[in-house]
Amino acid sequence: MVAASTAVLIFAGGLVTSTGSGLSVPDWPNTYGWFIWAFPLSKMVGGIFYEHLHRLVASTVGLLIVVLAIWLWRAEPRPWVRRLGYLALAAVVTQGILGGITVLWYLPDAVSIAHASLAQIVFCLTTTIALVTSRGWRRGYAESRIPNPESRQDTTLERIAIITTIAIYIQIVIGATMRHTGAGLAIPDFPLAFGHVIPTHWDPKIAIHFAHRAGAAAVTLLIAATSGHVLYHHRRSRELVRPAILLLVLVALQITLGALTVLSQKQFIINSLHVVNGALVLVTSLVLTLRSHRERFGGELVPAISNSAARTLRVREVRA
Amino acid sequence: MRRPFYLLFCILSCATSVALAACRGGNQTQQTAPPTQSAAPAGTGAAAPTTVDAATAATVTGKVTFTGTPPPAQQVKLSSDPYCEKANPGLKTETEVVGSDGSIGNVFVYVKDGLGNRAFPTPSEPVVLDQKGCHYTPHVMGIQIGQPLQIVNSDDTLHNVHGLAKSNKEFNQGQPIQGMKMTHTFSTKEVMIPFKCDVHGWMNAWIGVLDHPYYAVTSTDGTFSLKGLPPGTYTIEAWHEKLGTQTQTVTVGEKETKNLAFTFKA
Repeated sequence: MVAASTAVLIFAGGLVTSTGSGLSVPDWPNTYGWFIWAFPLSKMVGGIFYEHLHRLVASTVGLLIVVLAIWLWRAEPRPWVRRLGYLALAAVVTQGILGGITVLWYLPDAVSIAHASLAQIVFCLTTTIALVTSRGWRRGYAESRIPNPESRQDTTLERIAIITTIAIYIQIVIGATMRHTGAGLAIPDFPLAFGHVIPTHWDPKIAIHFAHRAGAAAVTLLIAATSGHVLYHHRRSRELVRPAILLLVLVALQITLGALTVLSQKQFIINSLHVVNGALVLVTSLVLTLRSHRERFGGELVPAISNSAARTLRVREVRA
Repeated sequence: MRRPFYLLFCILSCATSVALAACRGGNQTQQTAPPTQSAAPAGTGAAAPTTVDAATAATVTGKVTFTGTPPPAQQVKLSSDPYCEKANPGLKTETEVVGSDGSIGNVFVYVKDGLGNRAFPTPSEPVVLDQKGCHYTPHVMGIQIGQPLQIVNSDDTLHNVHGLAKSNKEFNQGQPIQGMKMTHTFSTKEVMIPFKCDVHGWMNAWIGVLDHPYYAVTSTDGTFSLKGLPPGTYTIEAWHEKLGTQTQTVTVGEKETKNLAFTFKA
C-alpha cells in the first residue's frame, strides 16, 4: 500500500511540474497561511489544485512511511529490513524538506532535480520493503524453483539486471534534468531530431534532450537483454518471468508516452503519465534484480513456510 | 531497544529544525514587501537630484506601429477557477493589442541612454498593479527605483504575485483575500521584469524599472510622449514582450519636440 501510494505521489508531483504550478502556493509548510489539512477545498483553484493536492498526498505518504518504519521496528526480525524502514523514513523526510526548499527558493534547478531524483529512491525503498516482506520472498519462491542448486544462481542475470536498474535510474535523472531545465521540447520533432538522426545544431538544452533520447535507446536495449535472458533461461521461474514481461510492456508504453509528450507539446496528463510510468519501469527492474539475487540472501528467515513444506512443494513440482 | 527510538527521534528532530528554518526563510521573503524610507535608489545616494529647467525642457513623442497581419487576441480559458470564469468571461490575451491603423499598445518606450550621471528624485506616489477580473491592470508599466509598487488583489479569489526579477530580488507572495495589498520596491534598474500568477497561468504583466522618469507605455493608438527631457542626444528604446526591441537615436534642443516612429514587423 505504501509503495502504491508513493507511485500516486510521483504522479501528483508530475502534474505539478507539467502544469507549471510549482509556485502557485508561495508559502511552506503552510498553504496561504492555512495548516495543510485545514486549507479549504473550495480554494483549491487553478495551480493551487495541483500543488496543494501534491502536498496532501505527500504528507499522507509521509505518515504511512512513519507507520511502516515503526511497524518494521516492532515486528520485523531481520535487522537489514528494519534499517530499510529507517532509511525510507529519512528519505521521505528529506524529500519533504527538499520540496519545501524548492518552493521557498523559487524552483532552483538543482533542488528540483534532487527532489525528483530522491522521489525515485523513496519509491525504490518502499517497493523493496514490500518485496522482501512478501510471502513469496520469505519462502524463497520455493514452489517455482527447480531443485537444482546450480540453476538457481545466475551471475549473468544478476549483473545485467543490476546494470539495467542503474541505467534506468540514470535515465530518469537525465529526464528530471530535462524537465526542470525546460528542455522538454528543445527537440520538437520525433522520432528524428530536427529532421536528422543526430541534431545538426547544439545548445545545452538540445544536448540534455538528446541525452534523454539516447538514454532511452540504451535502456530499451538493456531491458530487452535482461528480459530476453529471463525468458530464455528461466522460463519456469514465475517470479522472474512476470517482472521481465511487465518490464517489456512498461518500456514500450514509456517510449510511446515519451513520443506523445513531444508530439502533444507536453500535454500535462501525458507528460505526468510518462513520469510515473518511468518510475514503474525502475521499480519493476529493481524487483527483477532483487529476485535474481534472492539466493544470495539465503534462508535468513522462513517463518511463513517450514523447510519441510518447501521441500514438499519442490517435490510436487518435479512430479508435475 | 532504545536505539531505534533514538534514531527516529533524531530524524524527526532534524526534520522539524529544517522545517522551522525554512519557515523563517519564508518570513524573510515576506519582509521584502513593505516599503521603507531607506529604500533609496541605488547609486543616487551621493549625487544630488537633477533639476530640469521646465523652460528649456524638450519632448520626444512618437507612434509605434505594426506591419503585417497581427495575430488575433485569443480567448483565455478560465475554467480552472469558477470565480474568474464568472468575473471576466470575455477575457482575451493582451500580448498584441493592435489598432485598426496598425498602431500597437502595451509597448514600453524609454530613454535607454543619454542622461549621463544625472540623478532624479524618487516619487513617493505608489504605482498600482491591480489584480482585477483575473488579469493584471495595467499589463505593461514603468516604475522608478525606490518608488513604491502597490499590488492589490481586487478579486474574490486567491492570487500569488510572482516577480521573476533577475537583477532585482525575485519574490513570490500570496494574496488569498480580496482587498489585500502589498508594497514592493526595486533597488536596481531592470527592463523588463515579468510578473506572473502561478495560480492562473494566463495572468502576466511586465514592469520596467528605471533610474529616471523618462518612460511611457503606448496606449491602443500606439502613441507615446516623453516630456521634460533636458536638451541632449538620447537613445530611445521601444520594447514589446513578443516583438522584441527597437532603438533610435534622437537629439533635442531647448524646448524642442521631436517625433519618432517605431515599426515592428510580424
